[in-house]
Amino acid sequence: MKTIEDLQKIREEMQSKISLRKDDGDSIRVVVGMATCGIAAGARPVLEALVDEVGRRQLKNVIVTQTGCIGVCRLEPIVEVFEKDKEKVTYVKMDPEMARTLVSEHLVNGRVVQAWTIGASE
Amino acid sequence: MKELSLNVLDLAQNSLSAGARHITIEICESEEKDSLHIRIVDDGAGMDPDFLKRVTDPFVTTRTTRPVGMGIPLIKMAAEMADGQFSIQSRKGEGTELNASFRLSHVDRMPIGDIAGTVTTLIQGAPEVDFIYIRRTDSGSFEFDTGQIRGLMEGISLREPEVLGWIREYIAQGEAGVMAQEV
Ligand SMILES: Nc1ncnc2c1ncn2[C@@H]1O[C@H](COP(=O)(O)OP(=O)(O)OP(=O)(O)O)[C@@H](O)[C@H]1O
Ligand SMILES: [Mg+2]
Repeated sequence: MKTIEDLQKIREEMQSKISLRKDDGDSIRVVVGMATCGIAAGARPVLEALVDEVGRRQLKNVIVTQTGCIGVCRLEPIVEVFEKDKEKVTYVKMDPEMARTLVSEHLVNGRVVQAWTIGASE
Repeated sequence: MKELSLNVLDLAQNSLSAGARHITIEICESEEKDSLHIRIVDDGAGMDPDFLKRVTDPFVTTRTTRPVGMGIPLIKMAAEMADGQFSIQSRKGEGTELNASFRLSHVDRMPIGDIAGTVTTLIQGAPEVDFIYIRRTDSGSFEFDTGQIRGLMEGISLREPEVLGWIREYIAQGEAGVMAQEV
């Protein structure tokens, strides 16, 4: 059972931590395409897996956001990774399991998963 | 779309694109009346009468990445396939209301699916917007209002993964409480 008291506990824990998630220029932005084509292709569970994995690993420098149509419907679900001073990486045809691997490989270990990028699929 | 909760996500994204600050999503299902009804109300930019008349046509869109809009035609089709109806009302500068009804027992009615996932995803995308989610069944109703939750969080964003995790489970459990049986 989840209760309002559980939520208050979460809040107190977060308040007691010194640094909350901060959105400065050094953050890594992970953007999921969430228009009709993305949603139909399975973007919702991909987004949820990203949020869950980033939360589980306490990656405070990562911000997961959503955008409208990225423009290549047949390659959805699409996830873009933006990092300061680096080129944008576009992952295509993602699923929740790939999303979790993306977090550990790319966001934690800094290794782009080339095989899933738009360059490899075209 | 494989489940109606995905249509709801898509349609509420239209509301967000229209700059809505308050979005109400209501799902009523009644086995007694053999009906399912989905209502989405927003206070976004709205549409003028001419545009509104054409909006169920899959070629009407104000998006720029693709020349066809599919969101509204898809829900209209899903409703009509299941012996139901679709309607949309809108007023420029005031907002939009969408209604889709279905015959609950119709073989072509899509399952409702993971509504908790849809609401959580909407909140993740727009944590500053007020979402009200209402689920009614023959056995009762469940209501979730992000405005109330935000008040409890004292400035901590609803986008925090721990908070989203709580919201997801809270909604799923609230829904289970008003469901007579699986739909
Ligand atoms: N709630 C709303 N408020 C204001 N305008 C809306 C709303 N819903 C839809 N519209 C308008 O109707 C158009 C068609 O919507 P529809 O969802 O069918 O397609 P789309 O959003 O343009 O593209 P897609 O959904 O296929 O990604 C939108 O481009 C928008 O201009
Ligand atoms: Mg749309």
